[in-house]
Order: sequence, then structure tokens, then C-alpha cells
Amino acid sequence: MSQLPNDFALSNLSRRGFLKGVGATGALVLAASWGWQDAFAEDKPKKFGADGMPNGWIDDPKVYVSIAADGTVTVVCNRSEMGQGVRTSLSMVVADELDADWALVKVQQAPGDEVRFGNQDTDGSRSMRHWYEPMRRCGAAARTMLEQAAAEQWKVPVGECHANLHKVVHQPSGRELGYGALAAAAGALAVPARDSLRLKQPSEFRYIGKEGVRAIDGADIVNGRAVYGADVHFDGILYATIARPAVYGGKVKSFDDSAALKVPGVIKVLQIESRPLPSEFQPLGGVAVVASNTWAAIKGREALNIEWDDGPNASYDSIAYRKELEAASLKPGKVVRNTGDIDKALASAGSTLEASYYLPHLAQSPMEPMVAIARYQDGVCEAWAPSQAPQVTRERISERLGLPFDNVTFNVTLLGGGFGRKSKPDFVVEAAILAKEFPGKAVRVQWTREDDIHCSYFHTVSAEYLKASLDKDGMPSGWLHRTVAPSITALFAPGMNHEAAFELGMGFTNMAYAIPNVRLENPEATVHTRVGWYRSVSNIPHGFAIQTFVDELAHKAKQDPLKYQIKLLGPDRQIDPRTLSEEWNYGESPERYPIDTARMRTVLETAAKAAGWGRKLPKGRGLGLAVHYSFVTYVAAVIEVEVKDDGTLIVHKADIAVDCGPQINPERIRSQFEGACVMGLGNAVLGEISFKDGKVQQDNFHMYEVARMSLAPKEVAVHLVTPPGEVPLGGVGEPGVPPIAPALCNAIFAATGQRIRSLPVRYQLQGWQKAGA
Amino acid sequence: MNTLKLNGQDYKMDVPDEMPLLWAIRDVAGGHPGTKFGCGLGLCGACTIHIDGQPARACITPISSVTGQNVTTIDNLHNDPIGQIVQQAWLDTAVAQCGFCQGGQIMSATALLKTNPNPTDEQIEEAMVGNICRCGTYNRIKIAIRQASTHLKEAKA
Repeated sequence: MSQLPNDFALSNLSRRGFLKGVGATGALVLAASWGWQDAFAEDKPKKFGADGMPNGWIDDPKVYVSIAADGTVTVVCNRSEMGQGVRTSLSMVVADELDADWALVKVQQAPGDEVRFGNQDTDGSRSMRHWYEPMRRCGAAARTMLEQAAAEQWKVPVGECHANLHKVVHQPSGRELGYGALAAAAGALAVPARDSLRLKQPSEFRYIGKEGVRAIDGADIVNGRAVYGADVHFDGILYATIARPAVYGGKVKSFDDSAALKVPGVIKVLQIESRPLPSEFQPLGGVAVVASNTWAAIKGREALNIEWDDGPNASYDSIAYRKELEAASLKPGKVVRNTGDIDKALASAGSTLEASYYLPHLAQSPMEPMVAIARYQDGVCEAWAPSQAPQVTRERISERLGLPFDNVTFNVTLLGGGFGRKSKPDFVVEAAILAKEFPGKAVRVQWTREDDIHCSYFHTVSAEYLKASLDKDGMPSGWLHRTVAPSITALFAPGMNHEAAFELGMGFTNMAYAIPNVRLENPEATVHTRVGWYRSVSNIPHGFAIQTFVDELAHKAKQDPLKYQIKLLGPDRQIDPRTLSEEWNYGESPERYPIDTARMRTVLETAAKAAGWGRKLPKGRGLGLAVHYSFVTYVAAVIEVEVKDDGTLIVHKADIAVDCGPQINPERIRSQFEGACVMGLGNAVLGEISFKDGKVQQDNFHMYEVARMSLAPKEVAVHLVTPPGEVPLGGVGEPGVPPIAPALCNAIFAATGQRIRSLPVRYQLQGWQKAGA
Repeated sequence: MNTLKLNGQDYKMDVPDEMPLLWAIRDVAGGHPGTKFGCGLGLCGACTIHIDGQPARACITPISSVTGQNVTTIDNLHNDPIGQIVQQAWLDTAVAQCGFCQGGQIMSATALLKTNPNPTDEQIEEAMVGNICRCGTYNRIKIAIRQASTHLKEAKA
């Protein structure tokens, strides 16, 4: 095992900090202890799915479900809500097995406490696939306890008592008792054994897989009552902004705060230490201005006079770096998959095709900029923030403040978007550091949009090189692909110059086309900024390069891209991901989650059929398609684009076919793929973060542009494909992004004959007619 | 001393004249959390409010510029008959994902429908292009506005 081969190992690292705090929490630890003990036992077989996550899963109804005397059912949601609908969907699962009335179901957000609640890292499109089964068992166990309580009260056999929409009915006598009336007695019973539970048959489902289930937070959102990070308020709260180093690894040399302290409302200016690189999840440091309101903190920060030591990344320059990456992509690199003999295939081929692709950094920029509130007194710290990683946040606060883990409480608010940015707790640690300076007072750290864009954990930047040897039918006999991109693992250790298995496994090493000779390489890339997870992560560059290249191959072979894709997939088969590469497979079991080319083909055919693939279009219009497997879900997109004479793009329609296995909340699944389509279009057409002199060149949404309504498809249709047979759940939040950019650019090619190999598209289409004339 | 008439309540505030209304509402008045900070430059629309019925961006509107005018935020929109229809359309269409921008989107949509109860798709786009939704709910926003427009007509009929 190399130092940081995948996110499983990273999880283990974070667990070490957590272990220090475990001793004091008592009996609950015993119930949950198997998870981390097994994970540490190196001779045990690797665990998959929820079993493989730090602190695993919990299916104890006494942790997750409570019923009040008035019948109100409260479900605890251990995952962070960031728009994916998890508070609704997990509660639907519990309510269904509990046979509860949805109108009487409420949700309570769990604080960060993985010993009690199991893994809470809300990332990797994992919530439903890891928590569907434990939550079903929670609901079923609670339902069983209610039935037992009723049977005891009526002194009848439990087999004669059946839960039915918020009441238990004794069928022979017709007696019934509501859940509220039974709650206290049921709560005193022992939780039934896991293997004794009767789960519902799908035909019995009330909510699972059904349309029209009311979203839990909908009414609060449309009335402005939903509580996001900055809506947490305390009397006497202090407001802070922080001037952070603009260059990764920069430090404050000296600063003059005399003007800042004169700004009305400014209370105090203080320095936050910058730690040595790599930064991991710790704050960048800088100078904080604490004030009586946010505006004063912003004006105070503007009045600071800071001299910076920019440090080792002061020459990071995106134009020069692109050349470095592209040069590296043309030379051999670390081989990560090798089947057949690519050199021989290339040497003996009648013809070959090669192409290079480039994708820049992106910033997640959720609509809610980073914000956190913390309060400290007598060695105890409590914090509130929109976080995707509550346990990690608690660990980092504990570590930075030197407090025992149990002395830190962390509360999760609603997230105004996350997209991976809020997996990193740097901004919450900032609030904790400042709170320690003002004992007893709540301190809010508010990031501005400029802070967000300058100090993101950026999506990587990459150069992709592909070369294929072609047989007489224009099909590839050989496939050489090099990906060069700074790795997320460079956040955690020095000298991490190769992508990790979890990055390569995102659409690169697990490329599933039927090609006899394949060599995949990953040349080195040095990191010069904070690189982090961005919705769908490395699938973005890998998916773009491969799906554009396949379109290029189809056109070279003068074949229809859909037919070419299907031919390239080869015969329907289930591929063991271990035969393709290092087994990462999104942390899932290779037996439960083989790569199924029939499912890939089906989504392609579904999207193409819905889009009317092959129909004739007016001049300047084109259809493009792409298919991509990520987060153990299969997605194909067909996009119809119009390119105006001035190069303006109009996306007329997007047809997206999705096979994510069983669908729990189909309405939310569709909305996730609609949104991913819009985000994918923004990434492709507009998205670019660039560096000069080590600093981000974009400041706000006028420079770092994201998709607005004008770029959204005039119509978007998400087609949910039900796979044949029984398959486990796939991811939903992320897999919609990767196929969008290549489908768009393939459509642009169909419309204009112009091939886009470098993103963003932006002004590349100006004058396209002239060029094509 | 600045005065603010916010959602029917009167406030006196000892704040600088140039303080953006956004921070006066959020940090000083308090109790009206629906107006969100998204960009600070009037680029994203998360802070859209109504000043005497006209849509405005609270993050670039100085508090001193609204003296004597009625400021309405999403927090009080349910008292507006048209606003209520828009909010209901948002729920019926299940527009919101994370929801953070939706208060601003609803304020912009309500302002549009007040001046143009029957907007074309182009007019909807024109009115809404200043409101960013990073979750990408634009298609449902359009559907919700069309639905609200239909309901407005029905309400009048």
C-alpha cells in the first residue's frame, strides 16, 4: 500500500485523531465499535460500501427514530443537506418501513458524531447507496416495536397486530392504537434482532420509488425561513472577515491595522497562524478583522495594510503550467494499466488518430459562501456551519484548539450548495480559532465571494493525450491515454505528484471499451494550489477526453457516433473492475458492482431515441452524445445545440438517460440530473480559474462565470432507466456532470465542424462560419 | 441615524449611510433571514428585495437611499397575494434544491409577474438572468413562473 493510495486510507488517517476522544462516550461506543476496529485490522479482508467508511453504519432505531405522544415521528438525518434532497429521501425510507403518515414526519439534523450516527461524510454520491438499507432496518425495527407494544397492551399474539399508516390494528377484533399512544411502551422494548426484521416487499412501498412526496424543507425555503450557515444568530455575536494569503503557502510578513481599527464597528484585528504546506484541511492563516457587523468587518479588512511573503508558489502561472502539463502528456509516464501490446498495435496500424485535450481549474462556488459560527468557553467549543464533513470538522477543531474531542460540538446547518467545497472544514476552524479569543461570545466568520473564488480547493487542471491505432473498419485496435493533473492527495503529504487510485479510477483506468491493446499512463504533475473535490471530480477531464475522442474516432471512420459507441462497447458483458485496474470502484464491492456494458448501451440507446438521434437538423444545429459511468451509475446525454453566426450557443434540448439502479426518490433524482446538466454546461462553456504570479485572476461572478438561465437547455428531459434484475443502488449527485461537456462539444462539432479540445468553449466559436467556409 | 421600513416594521439604526441594505437587514435589524449574501456586487441576485414593489439588490443598495420607502423581503412575501401564488408554484414544481438562492429567485419572479402577468419565455429569461442558481434549477424556475402566470389569470377570472 503506498502512502495515500485512495480515500480509504485518508479516512484511516482522520480516524486516528478521532480515537483519542472515543474513551469517554460509554456504552454507545460498544454498539458501534466494530467499524473502526475492523478497519484497523490489516489482516482482515477489505470492506466495501458503507462497511468500508470510517465508523461504518448504524441501524439502531433508538438513535434515528423517535415518536412523540402526539404521533409526530422525528427522523434524525445524519447526512448533510445540500440540495440533493437527502433529508427528504432518507426520511422517506424510514417512514415507508415504519408505515408512517408522511404528513406527521419531521426531520432533525444530527450533529457531528460518527460514533453515534455512523459515517457522516456527505460526498462521493454515497448517502442513499450506503444508508438505504440501514434506514430501512431502522424503520422496520421501529414498526415491529410498535406492533409488539400493541400486542402486549391487548394481550394478543403479535402476529395478529399490523402497522397501517400511523396506527397498529388488531385484525381479529378491529381494535387500533395510534403510534403516539404506543410510542412510550414501544420505546421501552428491546430493539428486535436484525435478522428477525420483516422488510416490506416493493409492492407494499408507500413512498420509496414514488412521485410527489413533499420535500421536507420546501416550505421553509420558499418563505425564507430555512436556516443556512449565516442564519445562525446569537445576541452579541461578533462578525469577522479574514485577509488570507493570495498565494498558496504565503504568510503574513507584517501588517499595519491602524486604519482598520478606525473603521466604525471594528473591534479587534488579529493574526491567524499559517501552517507549513501542505495545508490539509487547516486554514490558510492571515489577518482577521472582528467587528460588530459584517459590513464593518469587510470595510476594516479593506483598510488593512499587509505585507505578504508569497512563498514557494508565487510563480504559479496557468499559461506556463498548461505548457508543462501538455509537454508531460506527450512523454511516457507511470503505467497504471497495460493490456496487450500498444506499441506493436501503433507500429503496425494502417492509420492512427491522436488528440490532446485541456481542462482548466474550476471553483465550486456554491451560492452560499463559506461561513461558520463558533463559541468557546472554559475549554469547550461549539460550532455551527454548512458542512459536508461534520466529524472531520470536529476533529480539526479539536486538534487546532488542543481540546479533547468530546469538548467540541459541531452542528450542521442547511448547506447553500456544497459541490465538494464544504467537505473541507478550513472555514470552521477559522471561526473556532477566533472564538477562543473572545470567550463566551459567538463569532461568525463570513467569506465574501472573492474569498471563495480566491481560496477554493480547486478542481484540478489537466492535460489529456490520446492516441489510437485503427483497424480497417476504423475501430481502435490500440488505445494509449495519458492523464496529467495535480492530485488532491498533495493536500495531505509532500511529493504527491501522481493521481491516486481514487482519481484514476474515475473514468480513466476503468475505461470499459472492448479494445485489445490498452496502455494508460499518468505522468507527474506538481501541485501549486489547493486541489480538492469538485462535483464528479476527475471524471470531468477523463470523461471529456474519452468521450470527445470516441466522437473523433467515429467521424474519422465515417460512422454514426451512436453506432460506433455501441460497437466499441462490444458484446454485453459484466466486467470485474479488478481486471481493468487497481480495484477502487468507488469503494464498492467488485462483485456487487461489476461494470455492465449492457447498462451502458441501454442508457445510450435511451437518450438517443428520446432525442430523435439521426434526424436532420437545420444549418448551425447539431446533436452530440456522450456516455459515462461514474459513482457506480450509468449516464448518457444527448444535447441539441445551435451555434449562431456570432458564435453564441443556444442549448435547445438535453436528453439524459440514467441508470442508477433502484430509484428511491425519482423526483429528486431527476432534479439532480437537471442541475448537473446546467452545471456541466457552465463548466464547459464558461468555467475557468486561472493563476498568475501565484494568484487567482478571477474575483467574482463577473469574471468567474457560471451558468445562468440563458445557458440552461430550453428543455431538459431526464429518462430514468430501470435495469433488469436486481442491482444495488448507484450514486445520483455527481454522475450527471461528466457526460455534459463532451455531449455539448460533440454537438458543436456536428453543428459547425469545429472540434473543441480545450475548455472552456467561451469565444472559440466566434467566426466559425468564416473558418468553415 | 438611518431609518428603515422593513416588512412593515420601523427601525432606527446607527449605521453608516453607505452600509448596504443587506447587512442592515441581516446583522442590524435581525429577524429577517431570507435575504442572502451571495456576491456583494449585485451579480447573483440572492439578495433580491422589493423597494416600493421594485426589485433591487440589497447588497449594493445603501441604507440611506431607501429612507421612507417600503422594503419587502422574502420573509414577508406570503402577505402579498401575487407572492403567495409564486411561492405555491415553486412548491408545486419542486424547484428548490439547496434553496439558498430561491428567495431571491422568487422575489425576482414576483416582481416580473407584477409588471407582466403573462411573460413569454424570452421575457422570463431576461428578468431572471441576473439570478444565479448554482444547483441549476433554471428549467423548473421557468416552469414555476409559467404556472404562477396561469394561476394569476385564473385568480383574476
